[in-house]
Amino acid sequence: MLSIKNLHVSVGDKPILKGINLEINDGEIHAIMGPNGSGKSTLSHILSGKSGYTVTEGSVTYQGKDLLEMPPEIRAREGVFLAFQYPVEIPGVSNIYLLKAALNSIRKHHGQSEVDAMDFLTLVKGKVRLLEMDEKFLYRAVNEGFSGGEKKRNEILQMAILEPKLCILDETDSGLDIDALKIVSEGVNSLRSPDRSFVMVTHYQRLLDYIKPDFVHVLANGQIVKSGGAELALELEEKGYSWLEDAQAAA
Amino acid sequence: MSASAQEINNLINQEYKQGFVTELETDTFPPGLDDSVIHKLSKIKNEPEFMLEYRLKAFRHWQTLKSPEWAFVNFDPIDYQSISYYSAPKRKEDGPKSLDEIDPQVLEAYKKLGIPLDEQERLAGIAVDAVFDSVSVATTFKGKLKDVGVIFCPISEALRDHPDLIKQYLGSVVPHTDNYFAALNAAVFTDGSFVYIPKGVRCPMELSTYFRINAANTGQFERTLIIADEGSHVSYLEGCTAPMRDENQLHAAVVELIAMKDAVIKYSTVQNWYPGDKNGLGGIYNFVTKRADCRGDNSKVSWTQVETGSAITWKYPSCILTGDNAVGEFYSVALTNNYQQADTGTKMIHIGKNTRSTIVSKGISAGKAQNTYRGLVKVLKSAENARNYTQCDSLLVGDQCGAHTFPYIEVKQPSAQVEHEATTSKISEDQLFFCQQRGLSAEDAVSMIVNGFCKEVFKELPMEFAVEAQALLGLSLEGSVG
Ligand SMILES: Nc1ncnc2c1ncn2[C@@H]1O[C@H](COP(=O)(O)OP(=O)(O)OP(=O)(O)O)[C@@H](O)[C@H]1O
Ligand SMILES: [Mg+2]
Repeated sequence: MLSIKNLHVSVGDKPILKGINLEINDGEIHAIMGPNGSGKSTLSHILSGKSGYTVTEGSVTYQGKDLLEMPPEIRAREGVFLAFQYPVEIPGVSNIYLLKAALNSIRKHHGQSEVDAMDFLTLVKGKVRLLEMDEKFLYRAVNEGFSGGEKKRNEILQMAILEPKLCILDETDSGLDIDALKIVSEGVNSLRSPDRSFVMVTHYQRLLDYIKPDFVHVLANGQIVKSGGAELALELEEKGYSWLEDAQAAA
Repeated sequence: MSASAQEINNLINQEYKQGFVTELETDTFPPGLDDSVIHKLSKIKNEPEFMLEYRLKAFRHWQTLKSPEWAFVNFDPIDYQSISYYSAPKRKEDGPKSLDEIDPQVLEAYKKLGIPLDEQERLAGIAVDAVFDSVSVATTFKGKLKDVGVIFCPISEALRDHPDLIKQYLGSVVPHTDNYFAALNAAVFTDGSFVYIPKGVRCPMELSTYFRINAANTGQFERTLIIADEGSHVSYLEGCTAPMRDENQLHAAVVELIAMKDAVIKYSTVQNWYPGDKNGLGGIYNFVTKRADCRGDNSKVSWTQVETGSAITWKYPSCILTGDNAVGEFYSVALTNNYQQADTGTKMIHIGKNTRSTIVSKGISAGKAQNTYRGLVKVLKSAENARNYTQCDSLLVGDQCGAHTFPYIEVKQPSAQVEHEATTSKISEDQLFFCQQRGLSAEDAVSMIVNGFCKEVFKELPMEFAVEAQALLGLSLEGSVG
């Protein structure tokens, strides 16, 4: 699905990612953890095509294609989805309008016709129920006046409707209350499938209690300093990051 | 990569689809303005004597005035002697026009603009008065409207056929002494529409005027007068386009609306004059005085405007709320791109008791454009319990444009309630990236965000035109994607 090789990324003159290597196969769930400022969101942004970053070295291949060459909307239409750490508000544009425009642009890219209005409503309402949201959110402006947790849940609603192939979740769990975390996790789990992969950026073990990762990676100072199975997260919970950062500094 | 600030600016290159020129034989006055031109104008229009006097009086007054400079717009002084004050497609002779008499080129031009005038093809449910340069070339559904007592005709025809109504109402809302351009217009106006809705009649169809500038080096001086008698109801729409030329052209209009007791007038404008090119060359100077007098109790006038064209727009559709319980509304979307400038807004003058006014203004600036809202809410001592609500939102696309808001409020009646809200926002790179990450192109994203911003105004437009306005807005923002 995704192959990141020796990826170096800078903002201006400042190197942020310093040689990332990561292989993600179909159906796998990878958790990425690491201290604040280590480059987790930068990695999410680079994969989804945000401007303002310079790739100085390395490559990213997605489904056999050079991902870095694609404009962001093409990546989205090809199945790359980013659930934002800080979702933006779009006043005046209703959630349901955005969802429909997004879905149709993806369908068009795949040579499909526009979604039928009735089918669309059925689809959307089903997903709203799955995430235990109020239907009223559909008719409110995108994220405008939403609480932090509501915004995060709204991201997952979009993901559930657009059915991407590579789902990147940047701290979706931050800001969710205990019940919401459970509901959103169940939503994510319902999307698990052998041909869909996940990259989950998180600071907390509790998300991983609900969504069990196949791999856990620790990103520190722009590099993956340790990779392991689900048990690595538990070890981090106990020991923190300093032992890994010390090891990195020594190397 | 997603659009950066620089690329957002490139997103908004205009493509103007109505910029063609129709080649035809015309009767055109040589450039210049003096008494003899006004005599000639009045003669060619076959006007009654009182009109000539009115024009000459206005002309004398205009000669004493100086071009105003208070608006937030910039342009070189206009040489009024260098433009022609009359241009019309050549016709064999005067007299009532039938479609066969109209130059087929003119019919073709309107067809191209989406306004077919012939019997079989004309728009259902919408009567159209087609004004081409200085004359009205056709008015559809006149007969059908006459059956219910509605007069809908070119104003030049009304001067001849309905002199009493003209004498009573022309200049009664915007006198020739009102301002520089109103004085000029009173002296040299050529055509526009006249509407009279009799007592208790609900006009059975939308009325509209389509203004087309075609001839080069001419000014268009539109004059429109709408009178809604007691308890009547009318919805009127105007559209405007012009060819692409490197020279600026002047469109100086005066529009007067009069609403008697219990009457309702809804006046919508979709203004798409040629805005000039990317570098600010050419385009129409749209200097307009539009004013409504809500003369009767419980009368209501609602202005809705979507302004996307013109190099410079300078207009303040206003309401004088004379009658008790009268209602004035102003809903506006003004979009400026490249080097366009707009200074627009409204005046709401509360005179009667319990008068209410609502102002919703949405200004969008892109490229290097300047967009100004200027509004006055004035509550006179007599206007007990008057209420006004003003909402003024500006949206910036890119970082080289400007938005300015000048709300003036004068309240002489302590029981009045005046509320004002204003916001300025910007289409951010993060918003664009978010939309792109969901699969939309940057162009579609900008257009979606802008349309969302304008929603409150679009819902005030008649259905057919709301769709047109949305498309127009998308078009005005169309361009390259970074
Ligand atoms: N546009 C920018 N200009 C300057 N520095 C930047 C920019 N974007 C990111 N950085 C820096 O890059 C580093 C990595 O930031 P990033 O947001 O990727 O961290 P993160 O791992 O997601 O942190 P957190 O856990 O707090 O979300 C930080 O030091 C940040 O300040
Ligand atoms: Mg982050």
